[in-house]
Amino acid sequence: MSDTPAPQFRPANFRPVTTESPLTRWLLIASVVVVLSVLLFAPLIVVFAEALKDGVIEALASLGNRDARSAVLLTLMVTALALPLNAVFGVAAAWLITKFDFRGKAFLITLIDLPFSVSPVVAGLCLVLLFGTNSLFGGWMVAQGYPIIFAVPGIILATLFVTFPFVARELIPVMIEQGKVEEEAALTLGAGGWRVFFTVTLPNIRWALLYGVLLCNARAMGEFGAVAVVSGKIRGQTATMPITIEMLYNEYLSVAAFTMAALLALLALVTLVLKTLLEWRYADQLAATHRH
Amino acid sequence: MSRPLINRSPMPGLGLSVGVTLTMLSLVVLLPIGALLMKGASFGLPEVWAVVNTERTWAALFLSFRISLYAALFNLVFGIVLAWVLVRYDFPGRRIIDAAVDLPFALPTAVAGIALTTLYAPNGFFGQFAKELGFRIAYTQWGILIALIFVGLPFVTRTVQPVIEEIEREVEEASATLGASRAYTLRRVILPMLAPAALTGFALALARSVGEYGSVIFIAGNIPLKTEIAPLLIVIRLEEFDYNGAASIGISMLAISFFMLLVINAVQIFSRRRIGHV
Repeated sequence: MSDTPAPQFRPANFRPVTTESPLTRWLLIASVVVVLSVLLFAPLIVVFAEALKDGVIEALASLGNRDARSAVLLTLMVTALALPLNAVFGVAAAWLITKFDFRGKAFLITLIDLPFSVSPVVAGLCLVLLFGTNSLFGGWMVAQGYPIIFAVPGIILATLFVTFPFVARELIPVMIEQGKVEEEAALTLGAGGWRVFFTVTLPNIRWALLYGVLLCNARAMGEFGAVAVVSGKIRGQTATMPITIEMLYNEYLSVAAFTMAALLALLALVTLVLKTLLEWRYADQLAATHRH
Repeated sequence: MSRPLINRSPMPGLGLSVGVTLTMLSLVVLLPIGALLMKGASFGLPEVWAVVNTERTWAALFLSFRISLYAALFNLVFGIVLAWVLVRYDFPGRRIIDAAVDLPFALPTAVAGIALTTLYAPNGFFGQFAKELGFRIAYTQWGILIALIFVGLPFVTRTVQPVIEEIEREVEEASATLGASRAYTLRRVILPMLAPAALTGFALALARSVGEYGSVIFIAGNIPLKTEIAPLLIVIRLEEFDYNGAASIGISMLAISFFMLLVINAVQIFSRRRIGHV
């Protein structure tokens, strides 16, 4: 038996009916590459180019001062608090929505998605009106010596608001797809609630959970609009990394601004790489829209 | 007829998950938005209208929604093309481009803002060409458009891409055997299949652009009546401690966004009914 392929009688310019002419294809690819270069790649390159304009030493020196370090620490701290809270919320909301049958489920999902369609600035405004000095509760907290707005708690609340739907949105489709048969089997075998969650559900959703937390992290560290409204922009105290970038840029401290921007851009690149790896490696365990 | 509020289920954790979900939802989202609406209510609808009905506020709201609409329309067309190219064509660098599409989601808006401004300012890499041609990009409405295209770029692509992947080639082959040209097949067979997903992406991009702040304020120039977007006006009012003014603009933005989402949902239902699937 020979495996030589059957001779093909195709004209030189053969093309399947399910694709476009080579010229169209070439034009479409070229236009996509041009637009993405101008809009995506060029800004990314310019961040690093501007940061390293005066050399690596100059760039690193601009991160050495106290304000820069406190901005990095504040951003890390806010993220470290916001992420677990959002992850717990996301898991609880996804559990409630996918494991139980109740009225108003669609409405609940709409409410969870609401922060996506609210401007970050409006989100910050809402927090100022609720917790600001001249609100009932906010005024009382200030009197006790624990201000919320123009302080760290406000920044955490603003970050929570804008990243609110991320984890839940990743988990809900995955958990709907997986159904509740496995959990029910574990229950009939006598497992308790927590045991079912940790040994059955969590292993099934861990990559989707990680995916959601990853996106949540990128947004939490980079949030600007909502945080700008509630932070008060006090140097060394309530200035997160993005806020510091704005202040430095407005003072024409270009190298310092772009060096801090480069740190956040690196974070964005790492996020994209990890996200792509997850999509390749664990595609079957992520929501269907992320499978390539 | 009336089904119970919650169907009984042996699944554990109902109390805990209801508790965590509703507590977080109320504290983080519902109470703050409620505070905004309460502020508007205590201020009174006529006063809200009086704030909104000034030249500067109208200009800012109109600018935000108009440029967002242009940016979302660009992203609608380009997003479909990009998704098609990424799914159907193979070329060197395809996977890198596929991964890079999500950059606007991952890159902080302030970083994007200062980078775009540096590029498109009159002495910037792209800005200098525009300057030679006699117009400016940064500090004009063109700059706002570019920033808003940037932030809305991934939405349509990411909603349309999975739909293109699911299209079966047989449908296109059937269309071709019936004598349709490739362009006719694309227009009458493929495009209707993509329409609902594309509209969803369009709505998401529009909602995101209207509220966008970080990437726009650097490149916009922020001249009242010309390049001052609505979110910036809210920030300005807050800095003046004019909470009533800020709340009025915030409420009108919420109302217009809500109205737009309603219209787009209606269009989607209509298009689904006409095409009869998905």
